[in-house]
Amino acid sequence: MSDDKDALRASNLMKTFGSIIAVDDISFSVGKGEIFGFLGPNGAGKTTTVRMLTGILRPDRGNISIGGIDMEKEPIQAKMGIGVVPEVGNVYVDLTAGQNLSLTGRYYGLPKNIIEIKTEDILTRLGLYDRRNDLVRTFSKGMKQRISIACAIINDPHFLFLDEPTEGLDVQSKRLIVNTIYGMNKKGCTIFLTTHNIEDASKLCQRVCIINKGKIVAIDRPEKLKSTFDKTQSIDVSFDHKVDAAMLAHGSISKVEVLGDNLRLFTNNPDGTIKYVAAWAQENCVQITSLTTGGPSLEEAFVQLTGDGK
Amino acid sequence: MSLSIFARGVLVTADKNAKIYYKKPPVIIFGLLFPLFMFISFYLGRKIDLATFFPGFLGMTLFFTASSVGPLITPWEKMAGTYERLLSYPVTVGTIIMGDALAGLIFGCALSTIVLAAGLIFLNTAVVNVALGVVAMLLGGACFSTLGVLLASSSSRTPSNVMMLSSLVRFPLIFVSGVFVPLQELEGTVLAVSYVSPLTYLVDLFNACMNGNSVLPLWLDLLALLLFTCVFLIVANQLHKKNLARGL
Repeated sequence: MSDDKDALRASNLMKTFGSIIAVDDISFSVGKGEIFGFLGPNGAGKTTTVRMLTGILRPDRGNISIGGIDMEKEPIQAKMGIGVVPEVGNVYVDLTAGQNLSLTGRYYGLPKNIIEIKTEDILTRLGLYDRRNDLVRTFSKGMKQRISIACAIINDPHFLFLDEPTEGLDVQSKRLIVNTIYGMNKKGCTIFLTTHNIEDASKLCQRVCIINKGKIVAIDRPEKLKSTFDKTQSIDVSFDHKVDAAMLAHGSISKVEVLGDNLRLFTNNPDGTIKYVAAWAQENCVQITSLTTGGPSLEEAFVQLTGDGK
Repeated sequence: MSLSIFARGVLVTADKNAKIYYKKPPVIIFGLLFPLFMFISFYLGRKIDLATFFPGFLGMTLFFTASSVGPLITPWEKMAGTYERLLSYPVTVGTIIMGDALAGLIFGCALSTIVLAAGLIFLNTAVVNVALGVVAMLLGGACFSTLGVLLASSSSRTPSNVMMLSSLVRFPLIFVSGVFVPLQELEGTVLAVSYVSPLTYLVDLFNACMNGNSVLPLWLDLLALLLFTCVFLIVANQLHKKNLARGL
């Protein structure tokens, strides 16, 4: 039986495809109202895990309960309370935006008048109400993804699964989707976010779980993971004209990366490095146009946890 | 799962399929044009009594139309990336299969009814046993639509491959089912093989409804169609579950 504080509990999940172990005995729980990030490199077992959690695939072994309902024993009841944006979960392009939402609402048993009210509300919020009668095949990728999100929330789910929801989207669509995720979470919906985008996970999630080769390698708060796995800080600096990275070689700088017209300097001694850069700029008659310091990144933690199979 | 939730899932799935797949070119080609061309090739221009062969033609029409929708749906949904979304809804694989079969049944029965009406008007045929005709139409439609769903259970996500496979299965059946050669004229191995085809029993039933004669007892025809339907449905359910993850 699931703890009352847990919206989801997965115990000893195992899934194999032939001789390949896709998910290897993983266990974790997600608290009610939490935004939970699920990260991992390609082929790590993320999508297989999400498919098991959402009742699409049956695990070879292990248990899943959502809101205290056992997915194996009562899949329909368990699915009634969730919304899913699958990784390749395209909507029906031969139907209109409104028809897609209506279809989804009918699968959840919503009455016709409620579907109409919700369709108007959700499509308005996602900026697509004027296009409700247009076939989805005429939509851009970002608009299709907004319809996908709309379908996932029409049943007011208690638990929302999103598999790479902002991958490859334009800024406007991405912002609308992130705002929708926040909006749902504010209303008490638990969010399970699978993503490659470490920045998104770092900003959005209260906890992240990192999976590699079918096994969980870390579950913690992003800030804790960052500080545990990377003591290195970075300084982004830009100058009024192009500067060769090699010219900034100094004992306190371990590595220099060129990022557009910025240079990212990695250091264990930010104070000494900033003073050195300022002195170097003055000495070489170069003006500093911007300078920002950054803490250890979740990306570094991710790379250390998943890199080279270590 | 309660019956009402199951029924709702089946009806919504069938409605979705009707809106999306009835107009797809493979359904039109394999479901409508093929039986039409077969009719033109075998019946027109020959000195045969069209009314005599009409039950066979009607059976062939129902066979092609009802079994043309099912093979397309799952591969198309896997190809388009909508199958995963469908599985995430509160439905089971069984619900989806029944919805696909219902879509094929409605498509087949609707078009066959039009052909029947045309036959009654233009060929001066008659239905002597209407109740049996309705039962035969529904049972035959159910049988062939579940055959279509069974054909879709391969792991392929390429609709054209599945449609070709379905033609490979469907075409031989019409030649041994009393459509072009009356069942009473078949003998030996061909007659034995004809009993393996569900179409044989439907054509026999249609003959009973229209011409008042059948080779096999009516109860046997009905029972055979029912058994074929159950077997197709059970095997389709197992195979769809087995191949569910392939091509997602």
